[in-house]
Amino acid sequence: MRKVTIWDHLILILGAVIMMGPLVVAFLTSTHDSVDIYMSGLQFTFGDRFVPTYDKVLAHSGGFTKEVTGLTMLWNSLILGLGFAIGKIVISMMAAYAIVYFRFRFATAVFWLIFSTLLLPLEVRIIPSYEVVQKFGLLNSYAGMIVPLIASATGTFFFRQFYKSVPDELLEAARIDGAGPFKFFIDILVPLSTTMMSALFIIMFVYGWNQYLWPTLMTTDEHYFTIVRGIKQILQVWVGGNQIPAYNEAMALAILAVVPPVLVVILFQRWFIKGLTESDK
Amino acid sequence: MGRIHLEAVRKTYAGNLEVVKGVDLDIADGEFIVLVGPSGCGKSTLLRMIAGLETITSGTITIGERVVNKLDPADRNIAMVFQNYALYPHMSVYENLAYGLRNHGTPKSEIEARVQEAARMLQLEPYLTRKPRALSGGQRQRVAMGRAIVRKPDAFLFDEPLSNLDAKLRVSMRGEIRQLQRRLGTTAVYVTHDQLEAMTLADRLVVLNGGQIEQIGTPLEVYHAPASTFVAGFIGSPAMNLLPAEVSGQDIRVGQTRVASCAPEGIAGAVTLGVRPEDVTLARDASSGVSLKISYIEELGAQRLVHGTVEGQQLTMAISPSEPLSDTVEIAIASDKLHFFGSDSGARLNR
Repeated sequence: MRKVTIWDHLILILGAVIMMGPLVVAFLTSTHDSVDIYMSGLQFTFGDRFVPTYDKVLAHSGGFTKEVTGLTMLWNSLILGLGFAIGKIVISMMAAYAIVYFRFRFATAVFWLIFSTLLLPLEVRIIPSYEVVQKFGLLNSYAGMIVPLIASATGTFFFRQFYKSVPDELLEAARIDGAGPFKFFIDILVPLSTTMMSALFIIMFVYGWNQYLWPTLMTTDEHYFTIVRGIKQILQVWVGGNQIPAYNEAMALAILAVVPPVLVVILFQRWFIKGLTESDK
Repeated sequence: MGRIHLEAVRKTYAGNLEVVKGVDLDIADGEFIVLVGPSGCGKSTLLRMIAGLETITSGTITIGERVVNKLDPADRNIAMVFQNYALYPHMSVYENLAYGLRNHGTPKSEIEARVQEAARMLQLEPYLTRKPRALSGGQRQRVAMGRAIVRKPDAFLFDEPLSNLDAKLRVSMRGEIRQLQRRLGTTAVYVTHDQLEAMTLADRLVVLNGGQIEQIGTPLEVYHAPASTFVAGFIGSPAMNLLPAEVSGQDIRVGQTRVASCAPEGIAGAVTLGVRPEDVTLARDASSGVSLKISYIEELGAQRLVHGTVEGQQLTMAISPSEPLSDTVEIAIASDKLHFFGSDSGARLNR
C-alpha cells in the first residue's frame, strides 16, 4: 500500500474543517447573547449563555400561541422522521415483494409505472395531494403529514433489486420446509434485508426530518410544528417589529435539529457496514 | 412409504416447449435412483416436478400411496438438497435444521432430538451455533443434507448437490451420501450430469435425453449394454468409440478395413459399431490388419489414452502406459465386446 503522506492528512483535515466549520461557528454563536450577535456578527468563542439559551429553546414555550417548546418540535420531527423511514421501508418492502415474487400480469409494467413516479417530485402533485388529505380530514395530524408521502419508488426499486438477487433456491427450500408466502417474507426475506433496511432508514429518516414544504402545508396548529419550521418561526420575529431576532436561539435550534440525523447516521452506518462486510456473497 | 411412481409425466412450457415428454418410472422404496443426462435434457425439471416446485402438465406422480399432483411441496413429505445448498444465511446451523420442523408444528423436544441426531450423524455437532457463512463448502453441504434428514421424509431429492465442491471433496461427499442413504433406507432421487457420479451412486440409472428416458438400468447394465448410441456415448469415460461400419455375413468393416469377423446373426448392412476404449488393445502380432494412426496421447498415470484414426474415423483406446508406441500401431478389438446400433435409429441391435 502507498505510504500515507502528510498531504493526505492535510487534505482530510481541510475537508473536515470545511464540513464542520459552519456547524462549530453556529454552535459557538448560539452560546452568546442575541444582542452581541446582532452587534458584532458571528462569534468564534464559547460564550456564557450556553445553558440559558438551550434551556429556553428546549423547554420554554414560544411561537404564536406560546404553547410549543423546542422539545415538542423535536418530538414532532422525530415522529415525522421515524414515520417516514419506517413507513417507507414497510411499504416498499411489501410492494417489491409483490412485484418480484407474485407472478401477476403486467408485474414489470407496474414496476416501471411506480418507478416513473420518481420523475414527479412532490411539488408537482402538491395541490391534488393537499386536496385529498384535506377531504380525508387529515389536516393537522401526523397521519396527514406522513401517509401521503409514504409510497417510495426509490425504496421499492432498491428492495426489488435486492429480492431479485436472492437465489430462487432459498424460496424453494422454504416452500419445501413448509413456509407459505407470509412466513417466507417474515422469516427469510426480512432478516436478509436488514442491511438494505438500515441503509434506507438513514436516507429516509433524514429526508423525513428535513421535510419543510409538506408539513408547512399540512399543519396550521403549532402543536404539530417540526423543528425545521421552528427555526424559521424564531427569525420571523423580524416582522413583529422592535425586537431583536433571537439569533442565538435560532442557531441553537439549528444545532439541535442537526443532532438526531447525525446520531441516526452514526448508529446505522455501523450496522450498514457490518452487514456489507459480513455477508458472504 | 417411499415408493415413487411416475406415469406419463409431461411438462410443457408456454410456447409449446415440451421439456419432459412422457416419462414412466417406478422407483422402489429405499432405492437410489440417479437421473443423468446432458444439460437441457429435462432431468432437473423432472425432479422439481416430483418435489412440487414445478407443476405437472399431464400425467400422475404418486409418492407412497398418494397422488401428489396437486399437493404443495411441503405436504409431499419429501426433502430436497439444492446445488447451492440454499441454506438460510441468517440462521444458525441449528435453526436451519429446525426451521422445517418448526413450520410443521413438531414439538420442541422432538425437534431438539432430531436435530441432535442428524448433527451427530453428519458430524455437525461442533457447528450448530454457527452461521452458514462460517462453514466450508463440505460443511454447508452436510447442513443441507441434515436439513433433509431431520424431516424423516419419504424421499430425498438431490439436485446436483456436489457440483459446487472441488473434485476431492466431491468424491468423499459422494461416499457419504451413499452411506447415509443406505443407512437410513430412504428412497433417493439424484440428478446429475456427471456420469461418474451417476455410476457410483445409483442402484439404478435413468439416462435422459431430450425429455425422454433413453434407458433405465443398473450402472453395469447401462455400461455394458447401452440401449442407444446416445447412452453409449454418454456413460463411460473416455466415451465409447462409435464408428460407422458395414456388416456382411460375419465380417464387420470400417471403410475398407475388416475390424472383426464375429457379427451376430440377424445384423447386416450399415450399422454403428460401438467399442469401449478399454476393449481395444495393441495387436499381439502385426497382422491384425487394423492400423491406428495416432494423433495424440493423453497420459492418465495408470492408463494411457491413445487417440487416433482408423480409416479416417476417430478411435480412442485405453492401454497400459508401459506398451511401446510408434506413429501407427496395429490394434485388435475384443470381438465379444462389440456393440451394434442401428445406423439411423441409434437403437441397440445385439443382445
